[in-house]
Amino acid sequence: MFSNFDFGVIVRALPYLFYEGMTFTLMLTGLAALGGLVFGTAIALMRLSGYKTLGRIAGFYVDFMRSLPLVLVIFWFYFLVPYIGQWVTGASRPISVGAFASSLITFIMFEAAYFSEIMRAGIQSISRGQPAAANALGLTYAQTMRYVVLPQAFRNMLPVLITQTIVLFQDTSLVYVLSITDFLGAASKIAQRDGRLVEMYLFAAVVYFTISCIASFGVRRLQARIAIIR
Amino acid sequence: MNYHWNWGIFFDPNPMGTGTYLDMLLSGLVLTLKTAVLAWIIALVFGSIVGVMRTLPSKAASWFGFCWVEFFRNMPLLVQLFLWFFVLPELLPKSTGTWLKQLPNAPFWTAAIGIGFFMSARVAVQLQAGIGSLPRGQKMAATALGLTTVQGYRYVLLPMAFRIILPPLTSEFLNTIKNTAVAITIGLLELTGQARSMQEFSFQVFEAFTAATLLYLLVNAVVVTAMRFLERYVAIPGYITGK
Repeated sequence: MFSNFDFGVIVRALPYLFYEGMTFTLMLTGLAALGGLVFGTAIALMRLSGYKTLGRIAGFYVDFMRSLPLVLVIFWFYFLVPYIGQWVTGASRPISVGAFASSLITFIMFEAAYFSEIMRAGIQSISRGQPAAANALGLTYAQTMRYVVLPQAFRNMLPVLITQTIVLFQDTSLVYVLSITDFLGAASKIAQRDGRLVEMYLFAAVVYFTISCIASFGVRRLQARIAIIR
Repeated sequence: MNYHWNWGIFFDPNPMGTGTYLDMLLSGLVLTLKTAVLAWIIALVFGSIVGVMRTLPSKAASWFGFCWVEFFRNMPLLVQLFLWFFVLPELLPKSTGTWLKQLPNAPFWTAAIGIGFFMSARVAVQLQAGIGSLPRGQKMAATALGLTTVQGYRYVLLPMAFRIILPPLTSEFLNTIKNTAVAITIGLLELTGQARSMQEFSFQVFEAFTAATLLYLLVNAVVVTAMRFLERYVAIPGYITGK
């Protein structure tokens, strides 16, 4: 069963896997989570703004993104971004966008829909008295959001936001469909070059599993701490 | 934009000789639905068993449930499909492995099983939460009436829990449908896969993906509407969602 299992393959591939692959995966996860959070908060504010049209546009965007498979969205943006770039820069032909930029845009736009639902729940979880008090103190809408509502919403939703980021971390493996060298992409390239599918895929599984497990363990502890403070 | 639009492409014959490009996409849709339904059955069966185990008083049972959920939740679906598809046949005894590899429709069965087990962890978590949300008195009353544990779950706890968790189960079913697109990586020609091969054959990128997008939206709308009827039909009187 494990008779010709070769650990040497894994050891030799380690630098490539982590310097090339894991760096890409983690960079993509971090930047996409950050961008998704910013856009997601903006979308949540649009939905709760009280302007009907604005709310409807935001709601449509969220529902639309959430009913499509991520793989399809990755393909969409991969082919669409060069044309959007051409339109924005006024170039005469579709501009070429790097693999990283293309997948980053994809994940920000896709995750924004999911993060916005979390932030919306967070904002709605804050009692009415808070913005009312801010209003009474003479704070503007922007100040109310910036100093009163969003910090609390963010804090309440922190465990859920991190859980969503763990899901995002796992989902970045789907850039495989564009033959990009993320962690799984690197593992699969070595696997195919050396004909060592078993070793490389098992190792990739173990690495993803360990990182996600540690992260979700952290979330559970965080949740317990926040629950005590509140 | 110097993109050459051609919406008539759907009625051109496809190079596989299986009718038009539209037929190609529709066959992809059928495969998506078939895979999703089979995966969902697997997810419901295993998810229910594991979800119940997590609520049992037995330490071993809830430990097993915990491990199951953590195992299938902490690996990307894509990696899990690779494990089922590329790694499992190598780890089995030689004859079984060869038999597995030569199975007709291997991508279909692998995708259904892989996605089914992946989703079973989520179903288990939902069911555990549903059982946990019932008042303690329900279980006590079942015991007081002389029902065994099995009977208590069968006649008292599960009928309530499943009706409570119907809305989250709906979105998990929608996730199952969406997740079938990941199986494109093991060569399953479901809807996204067919859209991709239509794009490769015809170079009409945006028409192909627009059609696939519309089909996904349609499936979504149908499932949401059907589930809303089901939810109203099984709603528990006295609960907020009830009649």
